[in-house]
Amino acid sequence: MNIIVCIKQVPDTAEVRINPETNTLIRDGVPSIINPYDTHALEAGLQIKERVGGKVTVITMGPPQAETALREALSMGADDALLLTDKAFAGSDTWATSYTLAKAVEKLGADIILCGKQAIDGDTAQVGPEMAEFLNIPHIAYIRKIEEVKADSIRVQRLMDEGYDIVESSLPVLLTVVKELNEPRLPSLKGKMAAKKAEIKKMGPADLGADENNLGLKGSPTQVKNIFAPEAKKDRKMLEGTPEQQVDRLIQELRRLKCV
Amino acid sequence: MRIVVNRDICTGCEECLGSCPFSAIVIKEGKAFITEYCDLCRACLSVCPVGAIEEVEEEGDRKKVEKGRGVWVFAEQRGGKIASVAYELLGAGRRLASELQTELVAVLFGSGESEARELIKWGADKVYLCNEPMLEKFNDEPYAELLSTLIKEHKPEIVLAGATPIGRSFIPRVAARLRTGLTADCTSLEIDKDTKNLLQIRPAFGGNIMATILCPHSRPQMATVRPRVMKRGEYVEGRAGEVIYVKADSIASRTRVTDTIKEVSEVAVNLQEADVIVSGGRGLGDAKGFNLLLELAETLEGAVGASRAAVDAGWISYSHQVGQTGKTVCPKLYIACGISGAVQHLVGMQSSDVIVAINKNPEAPIFNVATYGIVGDLFEIVPLLIKKVKEARGI
Ligand SMILES: Cc1cc2nc3c(=O)[nH]c(=O)nc-3n(C[C@H](O)[C@H](O)[C@H](O)COP(=O)(O)OP(=O)(O)OC[C@H]3O[C@@H](n4cnc5c(N)ncnc54)[C@H](O)[C@@H]3O)c2cc1C
Ligand SMILES: Nc1ncnc2c1ncn2[C@@H]1O[C@H](COP(=O)(O)O)[C@@H](O)[C@H]1O
Repeated sequence: MNIIVCIKQVPDTAEVRINPETNTLIRDGVPSIINPYDTHALEAGLQIKERVGGKVTVITMGPPQAETALREALSMGADDALLLTDKAFAGSDTWATSYTLAKAVEKLGADIILCGKQAIDGDTAQVGPEMAEFLNIPHIAYIRKIEEVKADSIRVQRLMDEGYDIVESSLPVLLTVVKELNEPRLPSLKGKMAAKKAEIKKMGPADLGADENNLGLKGSPTQVKNIFAPEAKKDRKMLEGTPEQQVDRLIQELRRLKCV
Repeated sequence: MRIVVNRDICTGCEECLGSCPFSAIVIKEGKAFITEYCDLCRACLSVCPVGAIEEVEEEGDRKKVEKGRGVWVFAEQRGGKIASVAYELLGAGRRLASELQTELVAVLFGSGESEARELIKWGADKVYLCNEPMLEKFNDEPYAELLSTLIKEHKPEIVLAGATPIGRSFIPRVAARLRTGLTADCTSLEIDKDTKNLLQIRPAFGGNIMATILCPHSRPQMATVRPRVMKRGEYVEGRAGEVIYVKADSIASRTRVTDTIKEVSEVAVNLQEADVIVSGGRGLGDAKGFNLLLELAETLEGAVGASRAAVDAGWISYSHQVGQTGKTVCPKLYIACGISGAVQHLVGMQSSDVIVAINKNPEAPIFNVATYGIVGDLFEIVPLLIKKVKEARGI
C-alpha cells in the first residue's frame, strides 16, 4: 500500500497576534510547528502501514525551512520525504497548492492520501478535497475512524453536524482527518537519529511537469486584499453607578429591546 | 501583483522585517529586499515609515473576466430537511443580489418540491431542484458533478454554500474543477462599490486576525459561509418564484454512505436554538458558580454556555463550549459572565444581537464586542439581575 501524507509547516497560531495600530502580524518568536491535524494524518498513515504493510511518504510544499517539518515526520516513522520548493510556488492559494501537491502525488503514485482536516494558519480545509479533484479520485473529509482497509477499498466514519456517516470508497482515495481519529506517537530516539541523516528529496516545477500558469501567485484565483484586527463595537454602552443602578439600567435596556 | 521595495527611498531601518508573517523580507546591502517567499499579504505596506514598500501591478492583473449573472445559494438538506444555514445564505444572498441588481437562485439536491417552495418564501427567485433519490444522502462526487454542470451552464456571478461538513467537503471540488477561487468560512460578505467584486471577509490564524479575500479574475466568485453568522432573510408566505427540475443523468459515485448515525447532545441543540444564552468563564471560580448562571438562564428561559477555560477546568461539559473549538451561537441575547473575551471565544458569539458583558476588569476585551458592559463582580451583579428579572416578569 502506497500511502502519502501531506503535511504543512505553520506558525503556532495560538501565539499570533495583530498590532492594532499598524494592522500587521506580530510574529516575533512565534515557533513553527507541523500543522497539528497533519500529525494525526501521519499517525493514521503509520497505523495503516502497520496493519496492511506498505510505505509512508510525507510531502510538503513550502520554503526550504519546511525541511524541518519533514525531518520531524521521518522521526515519527515515515519512510520517505519529499519537499516541493521553488520560487514559482510562492504565493499559492488553495487552488494552486492543491494543483502542485496533486502533481507530486501523480509522480509518486498512491493508494491512500492523507491530509489534515485543515491547516491552522489559513483554516480553509480546502486543499484536501481540491487535490482529490485534480487527481480525479474520490475523497472523504472529516474522518474520525478508519474501520477497515482492504486492497481495493476502505470503510471509514465521517464526522457530520449531527453525528457521523459510515462511508465506503474504492481506492485510491484521499482522506482528511480530525483529531478524534487517534493520538499521534512521539518520535523515537532511533527515529530521531535516522531522520537527522535522512536525505530529503526536493522537486520543482520541471520535475513535476507542472504548467507554470497554474503555480504560485500566477495560478491563484484568490487574492488577499488586506488583513486587520477583529474590531470593537461602536455602539457599546458601559453602564455606570452602583451594582443596583447598573442592573436597573440593564433591565431598562433589555425591556426596550424586548429581551425581558 | 508584486510587492517591491523602492531602493531609492528605503533607509534600511529594518522596521518592516518583523511585520512579515512569512519572513520574506531580508536586508541586502543595507536595503530591504522582498524574497520569493512573499505571499502578497500586504502586511508590510503600512509599516514602512518612508513609504518605500509598494505594490506593482503586472500584466496578469488586468486579465478580462467574463461577468456572470445571478447570486446562487447551495441549499443543503439533511434527511430531506433544509438546514438552517440555507435560510441564512438566502438572507445574505438577497442583499448581494439587490446590490448587483440580479436574481437570487437556490440549488437544492435530494429534496422535494415543497422544500423548494419554502426556499422561495425565504427569498429565492428561482430554485434548481434535483430530486433524484441518489442525492438524498450526501456524497461528494455526485454533488460536485451536478453543481459544476449547473454552474457551467448558467454562469452565476457568485456561489455561496454553508461552511458545514457538507459544504466544506464538496464545494472545493467544484471550485477546483471550474478553475476558480473559493474562500472558506466567511463571516461577512460585501460588494466593492467600484469594481462590484465580492469582498469575502473571514477570520484566519485561529481568529486572531481577519482577512479580506478577493477573486478578481475568475468566475464565479465562490465562498462558504459560517453558519449562524448571517441573518435569515425575510419569510414571505406568498412570494412568487420558479422551481426548475434538473436531471442527474449518468452521475456516478465512488463513495457510498452505508449508514448515518445520529449523535447529538440535547445541550448542543438547546444552545444553538436558544434566544438567550447565559455564558460563564473562569471568573466563576468553580463548578458551583454555574448554579448561579443556571438560575439566571432559567429565569430568562435561556441556555447556559461556557468558555473553554471553564470547560477545561471541568466545571461544565464540553457540549456547552462556545467558540472556535465549540459551538457558534447567535442568540438574541448573550450574557457573558467572567469571560475575558479571547478571540477564540468571540468568533463563536460575536454576531449575537445583544451582548451583555459582566467582568471585574474594565480592560477585558469582551467589552469590545459588548452592547452593554458592566464592570463589576459577577457574584454581586448576577444575583441582583436574577432578582430584578423575576420582579419584572412577576415570578
Ligand atoms: C486553538 C484554540 C482554540 C480555542 N477555542 C476556544 C473556544 O472555542 N472557546 C473559548 O471560550 N475559548 C477557546 N480558546 C481559549 C481562549 O484563548 C481563552 O483561553 C478562553 O476563552 C478564556 O476563557 P475565560 O474568558 O473564561 O477565562 P479568562 O481569560 O481567565 O478570563 C476570566 C475573566 O473573568 C473575570 N473575572 C474574574 N472574577 C470575576 C468576578 N468575580 N466577577 C466578574 N468577572 C470576573 C476576569 O477579569 C477575566 O476577564 C481556544 C484557544 C486556542 C489556542
Ligand atoms: N503547502 C502544503 N504542503 C503540504 N500539505 C498541505 C499544504 N497546504 C495544505 N496541505 C494539506 O491540506 C490540509 C488542509 O489545508 P488547508 O486547506 O490549507 O486548510 C492540511 O492539513 C495538509 O494536510
